[in-house]
Amino acid sequence: MTQKHNIKRGVSLYSFQDEYFHRKMTLEDIIATTQKLDIPGIEIIGDQMIPNYPNISNEFVKQWHGWMDKYERTPVCLDMFLDWNKFKGRVMTEDEKFASVTMDIINANKLGCTVIRVIHDVQPELLEKLEPVARKFNVKLALEIHAPSYYDSPFEQRLVETFRLVQSPYLCFTLDMGVFTKRLPRIVKERFLREGMKKEIVEYLAEAYDTGTLPSSHELGTKEETLPKKIMEMGGREEDIYWAMMGTHGVYANPALLKEYIPYTSHIHGKCYDLLPEYREYSIPYEEIVPILIEGGYTGYIDTEYEGNRWIQDAFDVDSTEQVRRHQMMLKKLLGEA
Amino acid sequence: MYDKYLIVGEEFKNIFEGGQVTGFQFGLRLPYYRGVVCSLVGKTELTVDGELVDYDMMYVTIGGKTIKMTELENEPVHKWEFGATGIVKVEKPGGLKAGEHQLSLRQHMKISYVPGGFWGSDAKVLNLAG
Repeated sequence: MTQKHNIKRGVSLYSFQDEYFHRKMTLEDIIATTQKLDIPGIEIIGDQMIPNYPNISNEFVKQWHGWMDKYERTPVCLDMFLDWNKFKGRVMTEDEKFASVTMDIINANKLGCTVIRVIHDVQPELLEKLEPVARKFNVKLALEIHAPSYYDSPFEQRLVETFRLVQSPYLCFTLDMGVFTKRLPRIVKERFLREGMKKEIVEYLAEAYDTGTLPSSHELGTKEETLPKKIMEMGGREEDIYWAMMGTHGVYANPALLKEYIPYTSHIHGKCYDLLPEYREYSIPYEEIVPILIEGGYTGYIDTEYEGNRWIQDAFDVDSTEQVRRHQMMLKKLLGEA
Repeated sequence: MYDKYLIVGEEFKNIFEGGQVTGFQFGLRLPYYRGVVCSLVGKTELTVDGELVDYDMMYVTIGGKTIKMTELENEPVHKWEFGATGIVKVEKPGGLKAGEHQLSLRQHMKISYVPGGFWGSDAKVLNLAG
């Protein structure tokens, strides 16, 4: 029997982006689908599915809450970006950055979301300045930890320092489960082959990734040179380097660190690439991670974030609904709901 | 991402204005998973039948507004929504000949959290009706 816990299930509508891009599903269709799939919590990227974000119209806000009522869903999280390079020839001033995130906080509040997924190029100093605004509007600012970074990376450690100093529940992390990518997704390997990469190189990359021996700096902004050299030595092409870099930037971080940092983690992205029919993620061992989250007393949402779309869309139709369904079935099982 | 959907062939045609063919147009979607303000849309490198098109001759109509593409960088408010098709007009007196044309395109995106941004690319053979 699963231990008692207070972990909730949700889905980021990002998961349905392929159908939305092709105008096969509207925002309402997607929300209706989350009801059919029995997913209580909703997460949305403002810039993806809200017209003219961040300038949300009152009509949209009304419609949004109408949909939440009609389909009996709970708004959970709004994902923001800080486009500090949007003004020609200069970067945003600190005041402009403050105003930009403040707008996101107000928007989250209007949508009924209590968490904002903060993009990882927001600095700790800015978060600290925003804490009173977040508190006023009851919206947690949860900066996203995303592969190749993890709790113990230098930037995240600076944040931990800030969080310890400020001691506010409104400053915290979103953890992307992609940090536990234990083996190279099968759909990535298949894409490498479709892009014309030699089989020996694909096999080398998969083997090296899976055994944790792939030459990689795993540090943002640091150029990795050993891997390109290796690929060229194996008779690869320039484009193979691009694909190899794109496909292998995942990490398998140490799950044991989770316990220490769960108190600073308010939100989780249930990243997934390839859900098997038997409700298992091909490359991310949820069956190892979810019990640690339960044991560690995590109390937030795990929001499905399907991202296999971009690896298969060159050759196949994407079926986001089925992938999300399988991921949710897996979560239900692991959370003792099924 | 979305690379093979960047060029929208249904919009490919010559443009008639005042009884003259003043250029041609095609549809363009962005290689990204969210809408952005137009100033984050970088350069569009377009070749038609192997010949590079002068970026200075290109205009895009998106969200009800027509913008010279070299001026996109001055648009920090107007949005290019996710999945939306911009109509790109290329000024070219006489337009293109009827028949098949090879369009190749590279699209730069100036996304702050990706150092240097990134490029998407697409290539399609399209038929221009006579």
